[in-house]
Amino acid sequence: MKFMQRGLDAETKKQLEEVEKRIISDEHWYLDLPELKAKENLIIEEKSFVPCEELNYGRMSFKGFNPEVECHCSSQKLMALLNPKHEEMKREEEEISRMQTDVTDEEMALRYESLVTSMKKKFLKKRERAVIEEDDINQNAIGTNPKRVFLKPQD
Amino acid sequence: MFSSLKKKVGEVLLPGDEFSYDTDDTISLTEHVKPEKVVCGPGLRRSGDRLLVCKSGVLRHKQPNMFWIDSQQRRYVPAKGETVIGIIAAKAGDVFKVDFGGSEQASLSYLAFEGATKRNRPNVQVGDLVFAQFTIANKDMEPELVCIDSSGRANGMGVFGGGGLLFKVSLGLVRRLLSPNSEIHSDLDQMFPCELVVGMNGRVWVKSSSVQQTLIIANLLQSCDTMTGPQRQELFRRVQTGAL
Repeated sequence: MKFMQRGLDAETKKQLEEVEKRIISDEHWYLDLPELKAKENLIIEEKSFVPCEELNYGRMSFKGFNPEVECHCSSQKLMALLNPKHEEMKREEEEISRMQTDVTDEEMALRYESLVTSMKKKFLKKRERAVIEEDDINQNAIGTNPKRVFLKPQD
Repeated sequence: MFSSLKKKVGEVLLPGDEFSYDTDDTISLTEHVKPEKVVCGPGLRRSGDRLLVCKSGVLRHKQPNMFWIDSQQRRYVPAKGETVIGIIAAKAGDVFKVDFGGSEQASLSYLAFEGATKRNRPNVQVGDLVFAQFTIANKDMEPELVCIDSSGRANGMGVFGGGGLLFKVSLGLVRRLLSPNSEIHSDLDQMFPCELVVGMNGRVWVKSSSVQQTLIIANLLQSCDTMTGPQRQELFRRVQTGAL
């Protein structure tokens, strides 16, 4: 038997290999379609309208109803981020200015009115602070004399 | 093919019309001419080396080589990469079944939300609205949605809706709403503060500061479908002045 022979001489080995190779190449078959392949690449299919018509992202907000969508928290705008062509940096400021506000400027001013003096106190020295407090107490008092003089006690 | 397609731009085409490579389009042997590629959008289909029209509508063209059919329809066929509004229909193990108005329900993994891990499941209930994007959408497989982009950020997708109104419009109107420098968009900008979520599947969700205003905007948008530009502007102006 062939497989039991321990050492085949070089010539028969070569012959066997050749025969094997021929069998393989005969039995191998392939589609001869180089032409079709070249034409296939010419048409690319695209199923979506989005790249065709350059459609925007589907979330929008008007007049600042949802600031998260309209201006994505100061740093990035969601609408502008995803629709870069739509918004410009110039418009951004203007838009923020006409956005819906919960607190009007007048209310804001009124609220901070009382804070002005208390904030001022923080930056004053102890002596100055005392003066201001005195002022608050007797606001109507005339002639605020900051200079203190020694008053001689009466006998 | 390219020249014959270009000749038809702006004309109405019907299903069954076809384009093929003409004799002058073939490559000559003497000099090597690079054949132009054509990108065919929705409504056009490749069949061998021919291009078939499969929807009726107007042929549109975008530089350099994109062609598609602009058609009016209400039935949504999912396409990869499009964002839609879906309704959670069922919880099935580790995926949600989402109804997006197509022929089949899409699956949405619970891991496809921003910040979701195996431990930390997102709080999504049956009946919730989600704004999601298709990652798989073809005719042979179940469509699949995700609520994150490729870098794992939500970017406006995910569960939304509370106090708003969901309604359906035609797909053409959705495209008109979303197109850059759209007139409806600028008309809406003149109205009261409101928020809109628009899905490519024809679903639109509106929220405004009061129920009346939400209803007004919903009705306006629904009637926009069958109105010309001047008619719409007239209606918007009347609403603004408070006549309606």
